[in-house]
Amino acid sequence: MEFMPDFKLHRPDNIEDAVRLRAEEPDALFVAGGTDMIVNVRRGIEQPKHLIDITAIEELKSILPDGDGLHIGAGVSLKELQSDEDVLRDYPAVAEAARAVAGPTHQEYGTVGGNLCLDTRCLFYNQSEWWRQSNDYCLKERGDTCHVAPGGKRCFAAFSGDVAPSLLVYGAEIDVVGPNGRRRMPLTDLYRNDGMAHLTLEAGDMLTAVHLPKALAGSPSRYEKARVRGSIDFPLAGAAVRLETDGKTVKDFVVALTAVNPYPQIVKGTDAYVGRELTGEALDEIRELVRKQAKPMRTTTVAPWYRRRVVGALARRLTEELAG
Amino acid sequence: MSDDAKQSIVRSTLNGRPRRDFVPDNMLLVDFLRETVGLTGTKIGCDGGECGCCTVLIDGEPRHACLTLAAVCDGTEIETIESLDTGGRLAAIQRGFNEKLGAQCGFCTPGMVMAAEGLLRENPNPTDDDIRAGLAANICRCTGYVKILEAVHFAADELAGRNKEAAA
Repeated sequence: MEFMPDFKLHRPDNIEDAVRLRAEEPDALFVAGGTDMIVNVRRGIEQPKHLIDITAIEELKSILPDGDGLHIGAGVSLKELQSDEDVLRDYPAVAEAARAVAGPTHQEYGTVGGNLCLDTRCLFYNQSEWWRQSNDYCLKERGDTCHVAPGGKRCFAAFSGDVAPSLLVYGAEIDVVGPNGRRRMPLTDLYRNDGMAHLTLEAGDMLTAVHLPKALAGSPSRYEKARVRGSIDFPLAGAAVRLETDGKTVKDFVVALTAVNPYPQIVKGTDAYVGRELTGEALDEIRELVRKQAKPMRTTTVAPWYRRRVVGALARRLTEELAG
Repeated sequence: MSDDAKQSIVRSTLNGRPRRDFVPDNMLLVDFLRETVGLTGTKIGCDGGECGCCTVLIDGEPRHACLTLAAVCDGTEIETIESLDTGGRLAAIQRGFNEKLGAQCGFCTPGMVMAAEGLLRENPNPTDDDIRAGLAANICRCTGYVKILEAVHFAADELAGRNKEAAA
């Protein structure tokens, strides 16, 4: 048996109890599928005193069309997300991103909320206890040096969720329930550019649902990622593109990236292409635009220059394919 | 939070038999299966859900036993590699691996067989691509996967009664 910290497990069956438990216990963590969380617990990266398993909360598990779009519960599995008819028809990049997460077994029980709140990853962080100890740990966990950028006081661990960029291109919103009640906010506001604390959620806050807007239902989109193992892996770089044209010129164009920064980002400057034709020259410009805004660091076994090149190439290719 | 005991009662059906166990909250399902129950067919290959050796079926769906806490299996039906045969007669998927030499060192085989069993229940007539996609979370370092593909096809044919027709 491996090292497992001595925690108490709670299994609330409603959101209110889960949030109350989390607020009462500063040293508690939410866990749903656990495909990443349990790995981190096993490796001693997380040493919670309490784990709050939220898989018994039925309220989190539904995908429902509502008045202004599609409501996706945070506890919906990636398998359900990729096979849901509304998602496949109206928000294709979201289904494609869910299919790209890890392997099929992970998708059976990994959840939408878990993928959105995925901890940031780094070569020097996602390692066993003895590996990290022999490196004197790192800035993100117990140590005081960042091995990616020694001398710096910033953490560059990369956000590596696949689903977030596909939701960002649709301007998705999220529901968060905390000790002070429920609030709705743009998905972009869930993240900040800090590998150490990339989520803006306060203690006691729980992400309960995602909303995709009705106005953009049916808008064509794609998601693609580069990874070391094609069958199962975190992204080295990933890009989601949503593009509407009138057959010739661009009407609406959004690109979002993952795994090349501590937070999933929307590429700035794509609206400059509205009204333009997507010629080879314009596509090359888009590739450069994406490359400039991607800032991968030495957080994976693959060199940053490659990830910057590949993310530009992915965005260019998807844009070209969507342009038809 | 008055109850400080860090253990839970787990009522489950394990390989067809109802059980009631007291398990520590921090016990992984794979340790429960191997250490508590003594079912050592389920293997531990890695510590991060990367190899798929620990794959079991929970409520009919493949799941990593080493990323699942035993305590959250309360109320579920768990199936391990030990559940497949009937009184010593191999199940179709096991016969497939046997006939087509789908196992070499055999370490990945229990997980591979359970993932394939889960796949066949959902899709009884998988194509090569379906099998590749369905078994993508399971790694095998010996076979090169060709024989595993053949094994799953053999099992699908067997279940559909096509092997008998071929033999006749």
